[in-house]
Amino acid sequence: MKGKPLVSIVSAGLSKFGKLEGLYAREIFAEAAKEAFDRCPNLNPKKDIQALFVGHMGESYEHQGHTGATMADWAGLLHVPATRTEAACASSGAALRAAVYAVLSGLADVVMVGGVEKMTHRSTAEVTEYLAMASDYPFEQWHGITFPGLYALMATAHMHKYGTTEKQLAAVAVKNHYHGSLNPKAHMQKEITLENALSSRVIAWPLKLYDCSLITDGASCLILTKPELAKKYTDTPVHIIGSGQASDTIGLYERESFTSLTAARLAAKKAYEMADVKPENIDVAEVHDCFTIAEIIAYEDLGFCKPGEGGHLTEKGETKLGGRIPVNTSGGLKAKGHPVGATGTGQAYEIFLQLTGQADKRQVKNAEIGLTHNVGGSGATATVHIYRRG
Amino acid sequence: MAEQTQAFTIEQFYKHLLQGKLMGAKCKKCGKVHLPPRPLCDSCFSKDFEWIELSPKGKLLTYTVIHVAPSQFQGMAPYAVGIVQLESGVKIPGMIRASPEHIKIGMQLTMDFGTCAATQQWPQWPRYFFKPV
Ligand SMILES: [Zn+2]
Repeated sequence: MKGKPLVSIVSAGLSKFGKLEGLYAREIFAEAAKEAFDRCPNLNPKKDIQALFVGHMGESYEHQGHTGATMADWAGLLHVPATRTEAACASSGAALRAAVYAVLSGLADVVMVGGVEKMTHRSTAEVTEYLAMASDYPFEQWHGITFPGLYALMATAHMHKYGTTEKQLAAVAVKNHYHGSLNPKAHMQKEITLENALSSRVIAWPLKLYDCSLITDGASCLILTKPELAKKYTDTPVHIIGSGQASDTIGLYERESFTSLTAARLAAKKAYEMADVKPENIDVAEVHDCFTIAEIIAYEDLGFCKPGEGGHLTEKGETKLGGRIPVNTSGGLKAKGHPVGATGTGQAYEIFLQLTGQADKRQVKNAEIGLTHNVGGSGATATVHIYRRG
Repeated sequence: MAEQTQAFTIEQFYKHLLQGKLMGAKCKKCGKVHLPPRPLCDSCFSKDFEWIELSPKGKLLTYTVIHVAPSQFQGMAPYAVGIVQLESGVKIPGMIRASPEHIKIGMQLTMDFGTCAATQQWPQWPRYFFKPV
């Protein structure tokens, strides 16, 4: 069997994703934590959990910072060392990476890692502004470039260089909505047609409404331990066998390429090497589809296809359930939703379900090796993790 | 020259624009041109720079047309923004003043900073635009 376990996931929890009216982030986080505790009866949270890492992007949404301690308190973990990580939309991918550091260092035997964001109570204009904070202020935000705008700049470049079409972008949305329709926790659980996607209103040309992920509330978490302790907590652990993270320029304009994310390529290379697996060994993946073009670029950066072939890969159905490599079986950020801070560990939650055979209608048969790819901003941060069934 | 003593900062880059000059910072040690200027050369770690005036002309590498804009830009939407590679090789983003149907990747643009004015308390930066040559 490939891949030496670095750390083991023994439980996972996810709140409902959607418009969770009347709830604060801390209350949503408690829902995810509760599921993780319930799934792991052998765990005594107060006694066993020695650290908490929480991904959270912005204090602007709720006028609330200091998220680490707040979430620890509301998850019933008062007094554990609790730290927030911020890396825009990769905030909880970075939290997961920090948790791996904590367990591998030997400083903690059992840690909880998660993420949370409460966004839907704000207007679209406000959220547009807060999300843009993940980009370069003096040269991007200052000149009116929005977050969808940055990915639109990548989409235009990809279309120009490789002939990628708006129809191929739309095919990503159609697939992810289909997967979302099979996920009871997804924000959007309805299928859409190519026509729906192509005729939706323009947000930042060539990206239309259905090319963009959702503004969503939600939380996610995992419980990690050392591989040698995993069986104490569950008969079916999922091992993390590869972990990669890299950074890049905050401004998209400073990069060599607008059709590939160097940080994602570097993080993937590291994770693949550590795990001793190749792209063709991946049975199921959750990738960062904040926009449809991002998923196409992810296929290429992760080596699921050659550069420029991402559009064809989705059009041929290879990344759909039943295809060669199902991607975003949860519905992805596109249909499951994108509560930014919760996204990275939310992806790991789906892989945990898949590798333990708990993914119900969207189960990938005999899934043994999974991958998550979580991107911050326009690619200034990327984390890639690879998982193996225990 | 007094100008050579100005700090190599983003603030100073925009102050130069107000004076009608597009200035980059060239590392005296390794020769790398930085736009925006920065206090530490990311190539050789030198702090020794000189200001050089850059050509405002370049070619469009990629673009988009923003329809859903942040509050302060809502009155301008839809508007085009792009990333331009200047003749010196450095890249810079900005709004493009041209109707979207006339915008094409590879087209020649020039920076218009003749009307630059600082308007608010912070940041006191002007806005430049790109227009077809
Ligand atoms: Zn230098």
